[in-house]
Amino acid sequence: MREIIQISIEDVKPARDDVLKAQGVPFDNEPSEKVQTLLKRTMDLFIEFSQPVGMFSEISIPEFEIIYRGEGLNEKNTPLDEIYRKADGLFLFAVTIGQNVSEKIAGLFKTNEFALGSMLDSFASLGADKVADSVEIHLFNLLSKKGKISPSKGISRYSPGYCGWHMSGQRRLFEFLHPEEIGISLLDSFLMKPLKSVSGVMVVGGKQIFDFEDSYPFCRQCETRTCRDRIETLLRESRTNNKKGAV
Amino acid sequence: MQKGDDKNVSTFTRQAIEEKIPPKEILESGLIGGMNVVGEKFKAHEIFLPDVLLAAKAMSAGMSLLEPFFIKGGMPTMGKVVIGTVQGDLHDIGKNLVSVMLTGAGFEVIDLGTNVPPERFIEIAKKENAPVIGMSALLTTTMPVMRSVVELLKQEGLSGRIKIIIGGAPVSEEFAQQIGADAYGYDSTNAVESVKKLIEKA
Repeated sequence: MREIIQISIEDVKPARDDVLKAQGVPFDNEPSEKVQTLLKRTMDLFIEFSQPVGMFSEISIPEFEIIYRGEGLNEKNTPLDEIYRKADGLFLFAVTIGQNVSEKIAGLFKTNEFALGSMLDSFASLGADKVADSVEIHLFNLLSKKGKISPSKGISRYSPGYCGWHMSGQRRLFEFLHPEEIGISLLDSFLMKPLKSVSGVMVVGGKQIFDFEDSYPFCRQCETRTCRDRIETLLRESRTNNKKGAV
Repeated sequence: MQKGDDKNVSTFTRQAIEEKIPPKEILESGLIGGMNVVGEKFKAHEIFLPDVLLAAKAMSAGMSLLEPFFIKGGMPTMGKVVIGTVQGDLHDIGKNLVSVMLTGAGFEVIDLGTNVPPERFIEIAKKENAPVIGMSALLTTTMPVMRSVVELLKQEGLSGRIKIIIGGAPVSEEFAQQIGADAYGYDSTNAVESVKKLIEKA
């Protein structure tokens, strides 16, 4: 199963509060009129310059093992190493918000539009994550239609450069997936161009397989800890489904 | 400036010029002085990043009116800082913010952009006689480049003469000490304060 998905900008618009949080504005602070105008102008730019697109491709566990092993630079123990072996399905994915946004951000800084440039950068980062969310939802719906996923199952995604999966894993991921087809190329430093892109693996499986303690050595250096929210959401859904089943 | 009103900053700067206030005074007391207040408010969490960047744009509007007065001797500065994102890394938002804040504080910033090789940092710092090099990295895989710059500086016998400040999401005070950098900036305002201290010591 392999697919390229054009995604509507409407589906990837970041929430106002998320943008403000990314800009360091506290949740309880009502932004000034100037900042509110800035938010609106940035949203207009985001809509004008974003080109959200994504792709995924199914991969077997033995094939993924080769990709995951990569250049042999992963941390010794990682959550993904435990999780993917228990998966019902694995899908490599890549998404991007496009190169035009990055060029616009650079242009804004050059013309002293620092606040617009910085805010558009936050929009683009959050937008790229939302493209990945859209692909994940699309995959879930597709698997549901085919009867390959049940409410007790879930999808969680992992990317090279996070959770002990070394960035060099990108090389083999790109060799298998070919994200060049949607305009994403891999640089020697394993960064992607456009910069506002996300790649990795979507793991399909029983929700319990995704639960792990954040006590790995690399967790101490992680500032985002977004894994906690994702695991909690998945497990909460699982508990709700179990209760419904019991009734 | 604190309201990010670039039109008013331009008007007042023009008015000050017409009133024969020395351009150096307009720059230091008016524009840099105003930006210092903005920096203090940011540090005290009274205002936030978008407000600071709007103020920085307003300041640059005033600066552009003063530039013609400094064509001969150049704009008076607190000192030069060579800044860039290290080789292998293309993330530049953090570096750009530090650059904006340093300019606002009155430093001359020579921005080398992203993916900057170690030799280039040193070559430009020597050429420009800059006492500070600022390096940014957002990837753990590119952090070792910072160590290369520190070592290269040592090899050339420039340690102490050219100070190094580093920053970026995965970078820490501990890492700065490990590699022998002179300072670590945990955010853009802290980076400005650190650079000021480095220049004072130089």
